[in-house]
Amino acid sequence: MTPVRHMLGTIGRAAFLALVLGFFALPLLWLASAPFDAHPSITASVPEFTLANFRALLDNPYALGSLRNSLIQACGSAALVVTLAALAAYALSRARVPGRDALLYVLLLLSSVVTGTAAMVPLFELATRLNLIDTHLGVVLTLSGGLLPAAIFILKDFMDATPTSYEESARVFGASPGQVLRHVVIPLVRPGLATIAVWAVAGVWGSFLQPFILLRDPDKAPGAVILYTLYTEGGAPRLDVISAFSLLYSLPVVVMYVFVSRRYGFRFHGGIKR
Amino acid sequence: MARAESGTLGRRPAVGFVLPALVLIGVFLVFPALWTVYLGLTDYRLTGLAAADPQVVGAANYAEALGDERFRTSLWLTVQFVLGSAVLGQAVLGFAIAWALRDRRGPLKSLTEGLVLLAWILPSSVVAFLWIALLDRDGGTLNAILHTPGFAWLLDHPMASIIVFNVWRGTAFSMMLYGAALENVPPSHLETARLAGASTLQQLRDVVLPHIKGHVLTNLLLITLWTFNDFTAFQLTAGGPEGRSEILPVYIYNVAMSGGRLGFGAAVSFLVLVVNLVLAFGYLRLLRSRGEVRPS
Amino acid sequence: MIALRGLTKEFPGGVRAVDSLDLEIGDGEFFALLGPSGCGKTTLLRTIAGLETPTSGRIEIGGVDVTGTPPGRRDVAMVFQDYALFPHMDVTANIAYPLRIRKVPRAGREAKAAETASRLSLSELLDRRPGQLSGGQQQRVALARAVACHPKAFLFDEPLSNLDARLRLEARTFLKRLQRELAVTTVFVTHDQSEALALADRIAVMSAGRITQLGTPSEVFRRPATTFVASFIGSTPMNLLPGVAKDGVLRVAGAEFPLPDGAPEGEVLYGLRPEYADLTTREPGEKGAFPGKVAVVENLGTAHLVTLECTDHLLQVVVPEGAEPPPGTAAWAVPRPGRALLYRDDTLVGGA
Ligand SMILES: Nc1ncnc2c1ncn2[C@@H]1O[C@H](COP(=O)(O)OP(=O)(O)OP(=O)(O)O)[C@@H](O)[C@H]1O
Ligand SMILES: [Mg+2]
Repeated sequence: MTPVRHMLGTIGRAAFLALVLGFFALPLLWLASAPFDAHPSITASVPEFTLANFRALLDNPYALGSLRNSLIQACGSAALVVTLAALAAYALSRARVPGRDALLYVLLLLSSVVTGTAAMVPLFELATRLNLIDTHLGVVLTLSGGLLPAAIFILKDFMDATPTSYEESARVFGASPGQVLRHVVIPLVRPGLATIAVWAVAGVWGSFLQPFILLRDPDKAPGAVILYTLYTEGGAPRLDVISAFSLLYSLPVVVMYVFVSRRYGFRFHGGIKR
Repeated sequence: MARAESGTLGRRPAVGFVLPALVLIGVFLVFPALWTVYLGLTDYRLTGLAAADPQVVGAANYAEALGDERFRTSLWLTVQFVLGSAVLGQAVLGFAIAWALRDRRGPLKSLTEGLVLLAWILPSSVVAFLWIALLDRDGGTLNAILHTPGFAWLLDHPMASIIVFNVWRGTAFSMMLYGAALENVPPSHLETARLAGASTLQQLRDVVLPHIKGHVLTNLLLITLWTFNDFTAFQLTAGGPEGRSEILPVYIYNVAMSGGRLGFGAAVSFLVLVVNLVLAFGYLRLLRSRGEVRPS
Repeated sequence: MIALRGLTKEFPGGVRAVDSLDLEIGDGEFFALLGPSGCGKTTLLRTIAGLETPTSGRIEIGGVDVTGTPPGRRDVAMVFQDYALFPHMDVTANIAYPLRIRKVPRAGREAKAAETASRLSLSELLDRRPGQLSGGQQQRVALARAVACHPKAFLFDEPLSNLDARLRLEARTFLKRLQRELAVTTVFVTHDQSEALALADRIAVMSAGRITQLGTPSEVFRRPATTFVASFIGSTPMNLLPGVAKDGVLRVAGAEFPLPDGAPEGEVLYGLRPEYADLTTREPGEKGAFPGKVAVVENLGTAHLVTLECTDHLLQVVVPEGAEPPPGTAAWAVPRPGRALLYRDDTLVGGA
């Protein structure tokens, strides 16, 4: 490559990355400024600094509780999804099952049906018959069902990418399938599990429809549902509380992401580097 | 790695490992999904007589949907949405970012990845608010920056708005997937191509693409499916104005929830599934025809 | 003792990687499985370990039929070609892993790991992860992990092939000493004939899933049972020249030898190792020498490999340092008595 071309390449790359940074940062500005603004408007601007918005939020009886509910539902679903998906993905990756890729894809397609609006009545009926209405468990199980196929799909790629000789070595030393999984496979694909956990938490954290349908009691409602109650009687959004709540409501997922990516790395495929 | 195929796990533990997931999927996914598919064959309504005693109407819902101008418009808008925001937007931009960052280390990389990922993990209702604030006609940040006060992005260009929005929202997944895929491309292959004088495009086509085909397939399958069913756009435009951004999930919501016609909505959901299936075969053909696809 | 009876492993798709194989390996024996790539060595070893289920046949270890026993209960230790050290565990944890499975308490297994490590000169490295070790160190950790669990047998799959040539010689000596000390039955897979010759008490030469020859290194080296073994064993391949035996005389490439008693007549292949011939530039009086012209001289360090152009054929001879003739000279290769071998239909039919 000639020096000129090389330089053009470098400049082009820098310009491209600058554009990307701008594009992804721009919409986030409002979230950083409005919650602290005494007179929040739609425009992101240098705020007239105040914490009054957060105080206003405390007056709402459901605001903080809803974050706890979100936490319970998100952690419950993530734990369930990661555990079950890891087991299933490992088995599907290591044992010969005819037509497993087609099966996984069909499940993936069906998962798009149950997460859509048309499935809300069947889900509601199902939860009613299983006595799961108004319980966190009902939300957790319903959401996990929708997340599992994609989680298995993604994790299976991780498992396929890890050499089997580690497991075989452990087996020759007498490890049972459960021990192989705990001692060898799980540590090897830990970044994958962490990625799926973050993905599941983020998915549950944002879901509105299922908890909206399955929970009657506002004391159990998660943040996504409560956010839609923060309107004035006239139906206009109360920007002061909404901005403050949006920030509070977003923070846990961001903190979790930062923690996980520091600790395990946040990426797909490949397991850990030797 | 060929050994993986020969089955390093006995049948019995394998079944034991899959079973819990299968039970949960069976009860909370397959069962309600099939129920929904069944509802698509009835005239089930949220309220009224057909709510208490729905009748099986066979393929009537499907015939009606296919004959409905609004459905066809919606389908066409969805195709634009998926092609524009998922295939061209997320996949291409995600790959480009991964490619630009592939041999970088340090703060620029973490900052870029962090921002892109932030757009992905923030709750959708918050994200919707952010974009409403960004695109607002009177006080929107974008108008303030571009000095175009009063320009109504969401009203005048609703499809373009939700497409750009969805690119912003979902690029992270493709970026991460391709980032990992690019790590698997042996550097020596790229260097060989570069020494032979291949341009960047030639390198991408001849060296990179064959290595990441399996990832491309996984990526396209998942983001197409997710975008087809993405409901967040509803919170930006609610399908309006005049149905000009009424993509299928919004259409289903409007007929099933607002219009109360659940059976019809379920039928449309199933049609979406069929379209996805067709697209999946398309991707498979496209990538298979150019050589072997990593089974993934 | 390891005994294999009629062992067959057929993969889906019809590849017979191991084909009705019978074999007995004695207690404390260092046994090498030698063969070219793809002949089924790894498959055989994995079948012994229990990682593959045989299609038919039986496996006995220490007199017990283990054909249906899962891998962990066979009391064998295996070292994989890529060592398969767990990347997320340090050296101590890796070495102690078999003991962890046996529920040895932590203190006990760490002491055992330290003791084994010091025996294999790994004491300095106990806290490192496999990623921070050189290839030779990784290989020793893998050995230590196998040693630490005191198995009935070691199974090694090309444990030296990832090392560079120099390190490989060192590791070879080390391995042989270790095996002598421990006196544990060892099955060692390799495609390097010199490794097998140097290490093993006995060698099984494999080809296409079957054993072509079984014997001590010197038996296999001196009297290869087939032309396949003949061309496979030895650092310089054996000369194999077509000849005709008739009326008690063997005629090969311009030379004539009396046919030994009992040797069959007709067309044969005459096999002679390059080390078992002497080169002379003075014409010998008798006919028992191959006349030719020196075509190529290759330096082997302490000796030279001379390629002689005989009538219609090439013949290679190893000559000692300083005795090599310049290319182009006329020379005669005289086989040492009793060292040549005769093959018909690829099998050994006699000596000459
Ligand atoms: N899992 C498998 N499925 C199908 N065929 C296989 C499998 N594993 C090995 N084979 C085939 O069995 C034969 C023997 O393979 P094996 O790995 O035992 O050879 P090897 O002697 O160890 O070779 P190398 O020296 O290259 O390691 C080969 O033809 C190989 O292609
Ligand atoms: Mg092998």
